Amino acid sequence: MIRSRGRRLPAARAYGVAAAFLVAATLISALVGAADLNPIATLAALLDKIPFVHLPSSLSPLDRAVLFDIRLPRIVLGALVGGLLSVAGAGYQGVFRNPLVDSGMLGASAGAGLGATLAIVYLSQLGTAAVPVAAFVGSLAGVMIAYLSGAVGGSGTATLLLAGVAVGLFLTAVQTYIMQRSAQDLQQIYFWLLGSLSGATWQQAAEILPYAVVSVTIVLLHGRQLDVLSVGDEEARALGVYPARVRLIVIAACALAAASAVAVSGLIGFVGIVVPHVVRRLAGPSYRLVLPLSLLAGAGFLVLADTLARTVVSPAELPIGVVTALVGSPVFVWILRSTAAVRT
Amino acid sequence: MSAVIIDKLTVELDRVQVLRAVNAAVPEGGWLALIGPNGAGKTTLLRAVAGLLPYGGTTHLNQTDLGTLRGRARARLIAYVPQIPVLPPDMTVEEYVLLGRTPHLGYLSAPNRDDRQKAAEASERLDVTRFAGRRLGSLSGGERQRVRLARALAQEPRVLLLDEPTNDLDIGHQQQVLELVDDLRRSRGVTVVCTLHDLTQASQYAGHLVLLFEGRVEAAGTPAAVLTEDLIARVYAARVTVSTDPGGHPVVTPVREKSSPTQ
Repeated sequence: MIRSRGRRLPAARAYGVAAAFLVAATLISALVGAADLNPIATLAALLDKIPFVHLPSSLSPLDRAVLFDIRLPRIVLGALVGGLLSVAGAGYQGVFRNPLVDSGMLGASAGAGLGATLAIVYLSQLGTAAVPVAAFVGSLAGVMIAYLSGAVGGSGTATLLLAGVAVGLFLTAVQTYIMQRSAQDLQQIYFWLLGSLSGATWQQAAEILPYAVVSVTIVLLHGRQLDVLSVGDEEARALGVYPARVRLIVIAACALAAASAVAVSGLIGFVGIVVPHVVRRLAGPSYRLVLPLSLLAGAGFLVLADTLARTVVSPAELPIGVVTALVGSPVFVWILRSTAAVRT
Repeated sequence: MSAVIIDKLTVELDRVQVLRAVNAAVPEGGWLALIGPNGAGKTTLLRAVAGLLPYGGTTHLNQTDLGTLRGRARARLIAYVPQIPVLPPDMTVEEYVLLGRTPHLGYLSAPNRDDRQKAAEASERLDVTRFAGRRLGSLSGGERQRVRLARALAQEPRVLLLDEPTNDLDIGHQQQVLELVDDLRRSRGVTVVCTLHDLTQASQYAGHLVLLFEGRVEAAGTPAAVLTEDLIARVYAARVTVSTDPGGHPVVTPVREKSSPTQ
């Protein structure tokens, strides 16, 4: 054994750490930005919103507007998207028994990309309203096509993953062809593909909330089933579990979670791999812990990443997909190396 | 009264008949060992009884037709330990043994105190409690086999199906594992059906042997009836002598034709 491992955190403490991380990320993000808000007044204004807490705040009406109409909706949307992507990633990893699988695989990202591209190029008369809907539908359709093509060859996980890769490549090819024919829309398409929370509104958060609640609830309820799947299909069946059924349900719920996230944020990679991996290192491999902790930690991670995205090159913004990829790629390689070390 | 009755069991894999009309029976609390050369169909027979393969014919546990049971109902009666079980390296022994409670849990419910108690008892029984917090990836071969048995025991099955339970163990740990299985059989009345390569061990631990050859039952009965020099020579193409140990069990010893001096 090459990898040395720290002790696992007890469940209660792990929840505490993850929740504290999310709260800290939220506070940092609320305080940092172009408009220079007074930290103490901002804190007071935030705490004042908590039921039964009444604090006077010296924030000016303009500062209040910055806080409650610009920063907070963006924080909430970022937290939702980060939580959804992380839970979906962890869920897929459980289903495929592979820590490197992400919610973007299985045709989800490619489908969303194609959907958004189609909407930007052919539905521009509808304005930008069609893009999130098209991305949502495209993401779900991508997963469905991948699942159906993969399920034909049997219910094995490798077949499903390969079908997902094939479907993803096909959809991306179609998308590239459309992009190549409509050069005038390229900038808008690229802006969407790289992911951004810059236009975040309370309405967006409200629109994806129902899907988020349903999908996350379903995935979280399947933590124990995913733990059973970790001993392989045959032994899971000998324990009375139907692996194909569990896979279908969890994949459907994860697809819904990822599609809701993608609809409001564009493509944001690596969150779904990095966050569950760090959570596993802290709390062990049981999905009964990994899933809820990924929800909290993923929310905090994306709020922090978005804070970086909108501040490091201020007044311009980095696409958040670039930030998560810059942090995520090295971690991805680190996972590959450490996993290889354990297997040898 | 036979507990497990296998009647005219037939299995086809990729259009090849792997088992043809196999009959076998073992009384409740008995130990049946399936023996036979590689590819004879031993593992296939175990997997069919475990409900992991479609098959023709019937398998019964007392009056219950196992073929009519689905999922958890079957798993509450039968525990199956494959030859090479998947042991997720980062899972702890405690978590792994608790998985044995799966057939007793509703689809969305979590293990309760009673389940944890039963898993702890199973761990205690197989003496794995002292390394309950260790990761499966850090266990030795003998420890792994005990942990697998603990998980199977936590399942509280009536029948224990073991595929090569002594695989990869040294002779001391082989005996230790077989003694543990025999203990469970005696103390809990669990019926054991296992595959074994070592014919002497099969004769020493199992009261009933079924010799499979090319998907058929070549011989069945007590060890003394099945383990004869002629039969072993014919089925295994092996040269052996059969003697008797102090307990009256046949002992199968390999023999070299020309005994050339070893260097």
